[in-house]
Amino acid sequence: MPEWEAVIGIETHVELQTNSKMFCGCAVAFGEAPNTNTCPVCLALPGAIPVPNEEAIEGIVKIGTALDSTINKDSLFYRKNYFYPDLPKNYQISQYTFPVCEFGKLEIVVDGEPFVVGITRVHMEEDTGKSRHVGEDGRIHDASHSLLDFNRSGVPLVEIVTEPDIRTAEQARAYGAELQRIVRTLGVSDARLEEGSMRFDANVSVRRGPDAEFGTRTETKNVNSLRSLQRAITFEIDRQTRVLEEGGEIIQETRHWNEDKGVTISMRIKEESEDYRYFQEPDMLPLEIDEAWQQRVKAEQPELPAQKRARYVGLGTDAHTAELLADDPALGGLFDQAVQAGANAKQAGIWITQEVVAYLRREEKSLVETALSAAHVAELSEMVSAGDLSSTASKDVLNAVLAGDGTPREIAEAKDLIQISDSGFLEAEVDAVIADNTDAFEKLAGGDMKMIGFFVGQVMKRTGGKADPRLVSEMVRNKAQG
Amino acid sequence: MPVDIDIAKVAHLARIDLSDEELAQYGEQLSVILEYAERVSALPTDGVEPTSHPLPATNAFRPDVVTSSLTNEEALAMAPEAEDGYFRVPRILGEP
Repeated sequence: MPEWEAVIGIETHVELQTNSKMFCGCAVAFGEAPNTNTCPVCLALPGAIPVPNEEAIEGIVKIGTALDSTINKDSLFYRKNYFYPDLPKNYQISQYTFPVCEFGKLEIVVDGEPFVVGITRVHMEEDTGKSRHVGEDGRIHDASHSLLDFNRSGVPLVEIVTEPDIRTAEQARAYGAELQRIVRTLGVSDARLEEGSMRFDANVSVRRGPDAEFGTRTETKNVNSLRSLQRAITFEIDRQTRVLEEGGEIIQETRHWNEDKGVTISMRIKEESEDYRYFQEPDMLPLEIDEAWQQRVKAEQPELPAQKRARYVGLGTDAHTAELLADDPALGGLFDQAVQAGANAKQAGIWITQEVVAYLRREEKSLVETALSAAHVAELSEMVSAGDLSSTASKDVLNAVLAGDGTPREIAEAKDLIQISDSGFLEAEVDAVIADNTDAFEKLAGGDMKMIGFFVGQVMKRTGGKADPRLVSEMVRNKAQG
Repeated sequence: MPVDIDIAKVAHLARIDLSDEELAQYGEQLSVILEYAERVSALPTDGVEPTSHPLPATNAFRPDVVTSSLTNEEALAMAPEAEDGYFRVPRILGEP
């Protein structure tokens, strides 16, 4: 029988960081006193009318465009009806048929292999309030009662649904990470998993090989880091495989990821077929995202993470360095400016992702808190290429620049690290050493290349260690070969 | 032609507690409404462009500007129960 294969789809909710909520003017804020950002609209008081936030629509068009989606010119809001205490209207304003975006895709790379995840739809909706369960340990099952905060009620929420294209937990994690980078690059959300401004639900099933029918799937919620997304899916694949191998059956259900125990747990909510009785939101006009709007968003789209990584590799960095630079706007910005100012890209990339990052960690500082500028990186790079500074010494100089000791040249001069690379001067030194050591030179000329080190050492001694050893070594070699 | 509907399920989904007489009464009424909808659906509409809204208008937007919210006291003034600035509700799962 063929090996088990997992079939995974991910639903992602992203809270947009607009100033105000989706359908009212209450502030979007995290961590404020409960029920201080509410109004008749987001508390669902009678007669309140929702009016969509234009900036939120702009945000979802940006996300859909970055995910290569079709942006529907005509789009509608619907009411999704269900009862839960964190939903004051007893319906969520969402979308059903005619979402803002459909038929998108996102390419990810896992172990160097590109992989395309289909995006079924991207739709606009509103967030619910937040509940706190009071009782033994804050769990809903043991709670005596619950407390509700509606500050989050009505915050713009974008849901991104993939096709069941993902096959491994690693791919799922890579998809989540790339989506997070894109959303941050677009500037529409801080996409913080631990604070809930980005949330994943994983639909997982297993089957016997790629040709078998899809198995029954479960939906795992409460995954609040990329690491837990991977762990939860791995657990669920193993659990389902074990159940099926033992002749059991998978129940279609919602499961809850327990981070501490590293397991998914059935929510044990009485199973009831979902019947949201969607109908068109009568309080709102249709959305019309015309060609001009679509084209403007496309034209204004910032460089996406994948494009940035490809550009960095094109400039000469390795793939890993490119990823580190693209993931950190401050480091990437410094790199871009340094290269523009003339720095060697490969060298600058390594300095920034290794020396600079190590310095920032050690000193617990951010880049702006240091004295380092792009011009410094470019100057340092020019000094190394000109042979004025050895690459070993360049690291010390870079650390001193970060600490605010001066420009690279000032520091190199003050620390007496400038190499002698004046070829006329060095050639005279080399000739002098050869004249003093004719026996050794004959051995070298006879093919004993080990003697190069001896001559370089002698020149270094005569110049107080300041000659450029690469240049000296090259001169000695040329002389030996006549 | 009577339309078959599970009125008890519809009532449950809407969280409306109906007596047996009410179930029968509302079942009949809803059936009449659905029959009417079926008659409308049966009309020939070839060549009629679908419409999602009666008004020829789209995009009634609001600029992304924060306006004043209710105070915590105002928000909770209508709450049957409140605690520490929160709305308080009975336990959500299981019997209250």
